[in-house]
Amino acid sequence: MRYLLVEDNIQLAKAVSDRFGLEGHAVDHAVSLSEAKEFMALTTYQLILLDIMLPDGDGRSFLRLHRVNKNKTPVIILTARSEVSDRINLLDLGADDYITKPFDFRELEARCRAVLRRQDGLADNTLQIAGTILDTLEGSLKIGDKVERLRNRELRLIEIFFSSPNKIFSKNHLMDRLFSFSEEVSENAIEVYVGRLRKKLEKSDVRIETIRGLGYRFVVEK
Amino acid sequence: MTLIIQTGSIQRRLALQLSIVAGILSFTLFMLIQVVAERAAMDTQDNILKASAASIADALYTENGIVRLELPYSALSMLGTISQDRVFYRVLFKGETLTGYDDLPLQNENSLTNKSKFSTFRYKGEEVRSISLKRSIGVNGAFSDAVIIVAQTRLGLNLISQKITRTATAIGVVFFLFGTGLSVWAANIALTPLNRIAIAVSRRGPKDLRPVTGTSPLELKPLVDALNSFILRLKSSLLRSEDFISEAAHRVRTPLATVRTQAEVIHRSLNKSKNKTALREMIRAIDESSRSAGQLLDHAMVNFRADQFEVNTVNLPDLVRDVCERLSPLAGLKDIVINIQSQESDMSFQGDTILLQNALRNILDNAIKYSPDDSEISVNCFRNEKFVISFQDSGRGFSGIDHTDRFTRGTNVSDVIGSGLGLTIANEVAIAHGGSLLINDSKKGVGSCVSLVLPI
Repeated sequence: MRYLLVEDNIQLAKAVSDRFGLEGHAVDHAVSLSEAKEFMALTTYQLILLDIMLPDGDGRSFLRLHRVNKNKTPVIILTARSEVSDRINLLDLGADDYITKPFDFRELEARCRAVLRRQDGLADNTLQIAGTILDTLEGSLKIGDKVERLRNRELRLIEIFFSSPNKIFSKNHLMDRLFSFSEEVSENAIEVYVGRLRKKLEKSDVRIETIRGLGYRFVVEK
Repeated sequence: MTLIIQTGSIQRRLALQLSIVAGILSFTLFMLIQVVAERAAMDTQDNILKASAASIADALYTENGIVRLELPYSALSMLGTISQDRVFYRVLFKGETLTGYDDLPLQNENSLTNKSKFSTFRYKGEEVRSISLKRSIGVNGAFSDAVIIVAQTRLGLNLISQKITRTATAIGVVFFLFGTGLSVWAANIALTPLNRIAIAVSRRGPKDLRPVTGTSPLELKPLVDALNSFILRLKSSLLRSEDFISEAAHRVRTPLATVRTQAEVIHRSLNKSKNKTALREMIRAIDESSRSAGQLLDHAMVNFRADQFEVNTVNLPDLVRDVCERLSPLAGLKDIVINIQSQESDMSFQGDTILLQNALRNILDNAIKYSPDDSEISVNCFRNEKFVISFQDSGRGFSGIDHTDRFTRGTNVSDVIGSGLGLTIANEVAIAHGGSLLINDSKKGVGSCVSLVLPI
């Protein structure tokens, strides 16, 4: 999916873009409202991440204009202001959600997913490897005629595997992607989720392989 | 709260003072009527007495050197017409009584001139008004003085005087009542502009910071001007604090966001687990300070808003659903499911939406934080005697911490990030709405239930 990030803090923007890149999304970064408008004239985005305070204006006026133009692309506001005063205002102006800086990237990702899920008639959100189809928004796994519902962490884990089949992911890497920093988890926790996924993938033509001492990888059964 | 001690009312005082003036005027009027009327009545009696005495004097004549008197009937009957008064008379010639009551006292003869002299004295047990009239009568060529005394009791006069007093009293009382009525009316009219401004000021809501407009009398202008400038200053000061709180949040959070993101990027590129742990600690500290800063600012904002309450109609189930929807992505990160149960769909409450939303968010945020992975939080919105919104989690509960302490800054379940302000904020919001925050503590592992109770 293609996201537009409007943010004047370069480091923050770069980190966010990198993270979304890992999840397999393309992010265009605009540092000002005028640049954002230019980007939007060129292509269509599935989601806009909008900072409120920008060098050439207030993100809220951009948002108002965005809604007046009947542009349906969902907008998530990134704000560093106090939530109590801004919160109602933002949603009234037509923001689909907002997140307060500094944020945990996992939370931002979850909010993006929730906003996109509410959006109807989106482009294809499914990933397919062999005969297994993953719907990233629905959170479902389709194996033949059978549909398996996935819980949040299971979905995020399988998305990582789907993005790069055959690549070896270390336990550490997977943990960083799955658990927030405030959670104290042991390395074994990842095994629980891998175990659950394996159970759900039993009847499929893909499986998660353990590479001793290195981690896991996703392979298609011959 | 009242710093002004109420000392009477201007209107009452004004009315009272005007009434006293009316009273004094009424009394003066009463006295004037009394004096003038009595004087007039007395003059009337005196004139009749004079006429009577004169007609007696005119009836004196000399015959063969002897003074004679043919007492004219009319001389006494004119006196009798007034009322049941008794009439006395005495005619003296050369100091000897010719006729009449010879004990009727004679005025000092020397003081008598040709003119008449009136006097009042007691005679035969009654107060009488008398006239003494001197008349020279020639007998055999020599003139001598005859004195005619006519006296009349004052019954009639007293009767008239009583009547006059009654009338004067009636007039005085009516005048006084009228005067008092006018005083009250005048006081009322005089204070109408003051009352109008007082009502206009007291009726306005706490958020109404428009200046007082409309007409005001010259005397009230300084007061109204002072009030308006005060309102203006208050308004700008409130706006400044609101801006300050928002601005402070922005200034604190923006650099934190940069630091956190950088730390996360570095964390990803590190391989040594020792370094990773250190960086993880750092990110947790950043999260903690960011959360604390957020809650402190929220707390300031809640206090600020609670002072200038903005009341609107809130449908509680809708509000609960909004808050849950807003936090469900966060709950989803830990595979926590939020279940909402609402007994009825319409529960209207008069309150400040932003404050209530903030309270609910803090309670739910807390519940999510303390809940284990793969658990469930039930949110219940119902009405018994009050509106209750309860959040039941399966966290570790608050055991070991005094519940009242939960609501003060900084208390926390050990080893969990947070400033412990979440429930403080919720509690303050509850109190500001006349409700309360209840915690039903759990045994370990069963979870705890936090309820926001609001009056209906």
